Amino acid sequence: MEQPNLNYIKELSGGDEAFEAKLINVILLEFPEEKAIYLKNITEKKYKETAENVHKIKHKISILGLEKSYEVAAKYEENLKQNNSVLKEEFDSILKNITEYLTTL
Amino acid sequence: MNCIIIDDETTARLIINQLCSQIDSLNVVAEFPNAIQAIKYLNQNDVDLIFLDIHMPDFTGFDFIQTLKNPPKIVLTTSDSNFAIEAFEYDCIVDYLVKPIVLPRFEKAITKAEKATVESTKALSKEITEGVSGNDLYINIDRRLIKLDIPSIYLIEAKGDYIHVKTEDKNYTVHSTLKKIEEKLPKEVFLKVHRSYIINVNKIIDIEDNSVLIKKDVIPVSRSNRPELMRRLNLL
Repeated sequence: MEQPNLNYIKELSGGDEAFEAKLINVILLEFPEEKAIYLKNITEKKYKETAENVHKIKHKISILGLEKSYEVAAKYEENLKQNNSVLKEEFDSILKNITEYLTTL
Repeated sequence: MNCIIIDDETTARLIINQLCSQIDSLNVVAEFPNAIQAIKYLNQNDVDLIFLDIHMPDFTGFDFIQTLKNPPKIVLTTSDSNFAIEAFEYDCIVDYLVKPIVLPRFEKAITKAEKATVESTKALSKEITEGVSGNDLYINIDRRLIKLDIPSIYLIEAKGDYIHVKTEDKNYTVHSTLKKIEEKLPKEVFLKVHRSYIINVNKIIDIEDNSVLIKKDVIPVSRSNRPELMRRLNLL
């Protein structure tokens, strides 16, 4: 599985460490909350709400440089809009991958 | 250019702010997590450019644009490339950025916004010097320039290469297009309700289903223009 990285954040910051820290802190703060809401909604099969959750998380996936995972998330979001949860396992693996990476920051 | 950022995601607002900070001509004057707060701000303040997320809960970016009478230039920021076609329906949208946004692509969008601003300013100057003066509009009929009192115009109908302009006193047939005359008329008073008709909203007598009665003319209202017409009305 591809590894999350800070390449995009570093490129964006142009060496501005305060910005890097601020953005990473927001991700550290928001990602667990967004993941928890997603897990609750998918468990309750609230697909429309889950699609909204995936949409939000999708941006963070792209910020962390996960290009292939982003494609999976985009397809999963579309599936959820059609009331099916195909790609759920793949998406859950992406969440696990990010969760593990964020503990290293 | 004074700009604002509208995005429900904190990360997105931070990133756009960071990108703006790398361009000297941009000055971020405010940020909003939803469109409603931005509308309140814009009722009191003018800005040159808006970075607008499309996908927001309750009130989307497109809903927001439809509330603006004279929208400034807008750069859409989104994680969905699916909305690109819809975006081209709005003249105020100068570019469409798909997240994650990188600096070179962002710079390109700003160049487009600056160019569009210059062109709008030129068009406005041209409008002032050609044809429109206060409440008057001059139309060219048989090499004569005839002055029309704009508020007296109640209906304009497209007929091939000509337009019929109906006023309180008289009707005129002019060799022009609906698009050209629409540009010369005050947007807050005149509204294109159908591809062949522009009406003076102040002259409406009644509205029924998909038509509007203006004087004795029953004018069709196309489905896509109906929401804007309804928005203009002072509904009880």
